[in-house]
Amino acid sequence: MHLPDALRSPRVLLCLVALGFLWPAAQAAAQDTSTQEAAEAKACAFTKVEAVEQYGGPLPPSIWGRLCQIQDGAAAYPAGVTITVSKDGEAIGEAVTDEGGVFVVELPGNGTYQVRLDEETLPEGFSLTDERFATLGAVKVTFGDQQAVFRMGEDTRGARDFEDYATTFAKGVRLGLILGVAAVGLSLVFGVTGLVNFAHAEMVTIGAVAAYGFNSAGLPFWLAVIPAVAVGAAFGAASDVGIWRPLRRRRMAMLSMMVVTIGLSIFARNILQIYFGVGSKQYTAASGQRESKLLVFRLTPNDRLIIVVCAVVLVAMTIMLRRTRLGTAIRAVSDNADLAASSGIDVDRIVLVVWALCGGLAALGGVLYGLTVNVKFDMGFVLLLSMFAAVVLGGLGSAYGAVLGALVVAIAQEMSGLFIDTSYKFVTAMAVLILVLLIRPQGILGKKERFG
Amino acid sequence: MPASSPLADVAREPGVAKPDPILVASGVTRRYGGVTAVDVDHLEVERGIITSLIGPNGAGKTTFFNLLCGFDRADEGSWTFEGERADGVKPHRLARRGMVRTFQLTKTLGRLSVLDNMLLAAANPGERFLPALFTPGRWGRIEADNRDRADELLRRFKLDHLRDEYAAGLSGGQRKLLEMARALMTDPSLVMLDEPMAGVNPALTQSLLQHVTALRDEGMSVLFVEHDMDVIMTISDWVVCMAEGRIIAEGTPADIAGDDKVIEAYLGIDHGGQTTGSIS
Amino acid sequence: MSWLSILALALQTAIGFQAAYHALAAVGLNLHFGYTGLSNFGHVGFMLVGAYGVGIAAERGWGLGVGILLGVGAAVVLGLLLGIPTLRLRGDYLAIVTIAVAEMLRLVANAGPSARLTGGARGFGGLSSKLGFYEHNVFEPRPGGYGIGESFVFSHQQLWAMLWTWGLTLVACLLVYLLVRSPWGRVLKSIREDEDAARALGKNVVVYKLQSFVLGGVIGAFAGMLIVLQAGAISPSRWIAPLTFAIYTVVILGGAGTIWGPVVGSVVYWFVIQFAEGVINNLWFDVSDTTVGALRLAIMGLGLMLLMVYRPQGILGSKKEMLAGARQ
Repeated sequence: MHLPDALRSPRVLLCLVALGFLWPAAQAAAQDTSTQEAAEAKACAFTKVEAVEQYGGPLPPSIWGRLCQIQDGAAAYPAGVTITVSKDGEAIGEAVTDEGGVFVVELPGNGTYQVRLDEETLPEGFSLTDERFATLGAVKVTFGDQQAVFRMGEDTRGARDFEDYATTFAKGVRLGLILGVAAVGLSLVFGVTGLVNFAHAEMVTIGAVAAYGFNSAGLPFWLAVIPAVAVGAAFGAASDVGIWRPLRRRRMAMLSMMVVTIGLSIFARNILQIYFGVGSKQYTAASGQRESKLLVFRLTPNDRLIIVVCAVVLVAMTIMLRRTRLGTAIRAVSDNADLAASSGIDVDRIVLVVWALCGGLAALGGVLYGLTVNVKFDMGFVLLLSMFAAVVLGGLGSAYGAVLGALVVAIAQEMSGLFIDTSYKFVTAMAVLILVLLIRPQGILGKKERFG
Repeated sequence: MPASSPLADVAREPGVAKPDPILVASGVTRRYGGVTAVDVDHLEVERGIITSLIGPNGAGKTTFFNLLCGFDRADEGSWTFEGERADGVKPHRLARRGMVRTFQLTKTLGRLSVLDNMLLAAANPGERFLPALFTPGRWGRIEADNRDRADELLRRFKLDHLRDEYAAGLSGGQRKLLEMARALMTDPSLVMLDEPMAGVNPALTQSLLQHVTALRDEGMSVLFVEHDMDVIMTISDWVVCMAEGRIIAEGTPADIAGDDKVIEAYLGIDHGGQTTGSIS
Repeated sequence: MSWLSILALALQTAIGFQAAYHALAAVGLNLHFGYTGLSNFGHVGFMLVGAYGVGIAAERGWGLGVGILLGVGAAVVLGLLLGIPTLRLRGDYLAIVTIAVAEMLRLVANAGPSARLTGGARGFGGLSSKLGFYEHNVFEPRPGGYGIGESFVFSHQQLWAMLWTWGLTLVACLLVYLLVRSPWGRVLKSIREDEDAARALGKNVVVYKLQSFVLGGVIGAFAGMLIVLQAGAISPSRWIAPLTFAIYTVVILGGAGTIWGPVVGSVVYWFVIQFAEGVINNLWFDVSDTTVGALRLAIMGLGLMLLMVYRPQGILGSKKEMLAGARQ
C-alpha cells in the first residue's frame, strides 16, 4: 500500500489520533451511557408486572406508565398529573396519575399515538428533565398496550463540569508518566539490541511485587521503592548476562528471540502467580488518600508525588542521555552498534547497562502503577499492550518517543472514558497502536527503516 | 565487438538516443531527506547488448537500478520497457514482462533445494490457488517440462550435481551462478545484474563473465551495475557513467576509459577524496 | 494416584478434545508461520470470530449451518481486513499488531454494550439444544465410559467431539499437504525465505500472503467453532493471548513447516503438560488448583524457551533444514 507522503507527517498522525477519540465522543453524544443515570433508571424503572399489580388486574389496550423523579436520593411519584393521549390531532383519552404516579389511558386499538404531559398539573418540586419532551410524538402500540416514559428531575448527564475533564486529563498525565517510566526501557533495549521484549511486562510486575514484599516486611512504602528498583535492575542485568547475551552470540534471529521472550514472560508470570497468589494487594501508602484541589485538578497527595517522581526521573534520564558519556555511548550503540564498537565502545557493557536501566525503570513504573491500581501478579501483562502502543507511537528505539507516546496513549485512554463506555477504554490504546503501525510504523520520533 | 556496431554511429553523449532501445527513461529523480540521489534526464538502453552502469560510491547507480526494476519508487520521472510504461509498476509485474533482476547479496532461497529454486522461477498455472488444488494433472505435466528445462540450465552452469541440495549449502560463487541460472528460467528479455562480481572469488570471475556474454549471444539484453573496472572493460558493449545522481558520460569502454569527466569523478580531483573503481 | 494412572491420564489428555482443537488451530497457524513466515500472534482472534459466528447464530435460533457460514465468513473478512494493511510489516511489528487486533476483538466482545450481540462478559450458555451437535452422536452412552480402567476413559459425548475435531484436523492436514507440494506451496515457501527474491521472479507476494492468511485463519475459526459446539456455550474469557502462545508452542514443538508437526506437537504437548500436572499433584498433596494451573503454564513458558534455544526445528523438523535457514 502506498500512502501519499502527506500522511507520514507527525502532525497529521496526531490529528488522526485526536480524531480517534473525538469520533467516539460524537457517537456517545447520541448515546445514553452515564452510570449514574443507569442507577437512577433502575430506581425509577416500572415494569409491566408492577403496572398490572398497581392496576389491580390485567391491563386493557392502553398507554400506561409511572411518573418518577429522584428527590434526595429516593424515588418520588407525583400525583394528580394529567396525561393526554391523542392521535393525529384527535383526542383519544386522558388520565390523572394516582398517589403512586401511575397512569393508564385506554385506547381503541393499535397505532401510533401522541402522549402529552400537562406541566401545569405537576406538583411543587417536580419537573420534566427537558421541556421539549412534554409531548411524546410517536408512541407505537403494536401489542395492545404500551408503556410511555417521561424523564423527570435534573439532567445528570450534563453534571460533568470542567473540573471533571481537567481531573481526567490529569489522571491521564499521571498514567502517561507512569507508562513512560515503565516503557522507556522497552524502547532503549530495542534501540541497542533490536529485541522486542514481551517479558518486559514481568519486569514491571516484579518491581511492584518486590516493593510489596519490602513494604509488608515493615519498610515504609516510599523507602521500599529503593530496594524494589534495585531488584528490578538486578533482574534486567541478570537476564542479559544469563539469556540474551549468549543468544546474541549464537546469532539467533530476532524473531526467534522474541518468541523466547514470550516463553520467559509466560514462565515468569506464572511463577509470580504461584508466589504472589491471584488476589490483588495494597501498599500501606495506598489507603487513606483524599482528593484535594490544585487549580482545577482534583488530585490526591499520592497522585502529586507520582507525577513529581516520574517527572524527575524522566528529566534525569534525558540529562543522562544527552550530557553524559554513558548517554552518548548508548545513543551511539543504538544508532549503529558496529560503528560504535569500532570507535572503542564496549558494546556488551553498554547493553548490560541498558538492560539494568530498563529493569530499574520498569520496576519503578511498576511500583508507582501498583500505587494507583493495587498489586496483582499480571499487572504488567495487563499494561503490556499499552506499553507497546506508547513505544510504537513514539518510535521504537527513541527514549523521548516512548515518553511522548506514553502520554498520548494514556491521555487518550483516560479521556475516552468520558465519552464512550469505560469497557471500551483499553480499546483506545489498541486502536492507537494499530493505526500507528499501519500509517507510520517508525512512530513519531523513530528512525525510518524498511518495514516491509 | 560485433554487437556494438549498431552503436557505432551513436554520439558519445549522456542521454543519447539509441537505434533500438529496450528501456527508455526520462526525468527520473529520487530524493532522500535533503539529498538528491538520482537525477537522470534521459537514458536509453540498447537492445541485445551488454550495457554497464558505473560510477563512484554514492553516484546513485544502485538507487537508479532499484528504481528501474520497481524496488524503489521514484519521486518524478517515467520510463518504458519494451515500449510500455514501467514506472510505478510493481516489481513482480515487470518480472513477468521480461525484466528480471539479480541481487548483489544473493537471495538464494536457502531452505528450498537448488531444483526448487529453479522451478520457482518458471511459470506454472499450479502457482495459482485453485488450479493447485483442483488440476494437479495439468500442472504436473508442466512441472515435468520445467524440470527438464531446469536440469538443462543447471548442467550448463555446472550445478546439476547440487540439484537436490538445500540452496543454503552452496558456496558464494555457486549462489551467484544459481541466481543467474534461475533468472534465465523466467525467459527474460532484459537481465539486470546488481554487482554480479561482488564478493566473487577471482577464480570464478572468468566463468561468470562467460555466462554473461552468453546471455547476450542468445539474444537477451543485459544491464549491469558494477565496480570492477576490469570486468567492465572486458565484457561491456556500452558503458554509462553516473556521478552525484546524474549521467556524466556514455560510450564504448574505450571512450569511457579516456573520458576526462569520468576520471575526474573517480579520482575526485575537484570533489575531494574519492574511491578508485574497486570493489567496496 | 498411581504412576500408571498418571500415565493413563496423560495419554487420555494427549488424544482428547483439547489436544484435538489445539492441533486443528495449529494447522492453520503452521500455514501462516511455518510455511509462509507470517508471525501472526493474533490467531486466537480467528478462533474467536468462528466461535461467535456459531454462538450468535445458535442464540438467535438461526441454526448450525448459518452459524458455520457466519464463522467462516467472519474469518475471511478478518483475514482480509487485517491482512491487507499489515502483511507488509516486519515480523516483530506484525506480531504486535496481530496481538493488538485479537485483544481488541476480545475486549469488544466482552464489553457491556456489546451484550446484545455477543452476550458481553457472560456470553451465551445453554446452546447445546439449539446447536444440535450431540443429536446425531453415533456413540451410545455407556456407564463407565469408553476406555480402559479409570483414567483412560472417554464419555460418549467426548468421543463424538474428538471424532469431529480430529477428523477435521486430518482433513486440514490433507489440504495443507496438497497445497504445500504444489507450485503454489513453493511460492509460499519462497516468500518465507525471501520476499524480494520472490518478487524479482514474478510472484505477486501480497496475494499469496493474503491467501495463506485467510486459509489459515479459516482453519483456526473451525477450531473455535468446535469449541463452542462441544461446550454448548461461549464466553470471551477463553480467547486470550496465552491461547495463541500455547498454539505457537504446539506448532514449534511439532516442527514448524512440516505437515504432521501440529498433530504431533499437540499430542506431545498435552501429554507432557498433563503428566507434569499428575506428578506435581502426586508429590505435593495440598497444592491448589490455581497453583497447578500456573505451574502448567510455567512449564509451557519454560518449554517454549528451551525449545527455541535447543531444538527450534521441533520434533519433526529436519536439523539440516533449520541450519539452512540460519545460514543466510
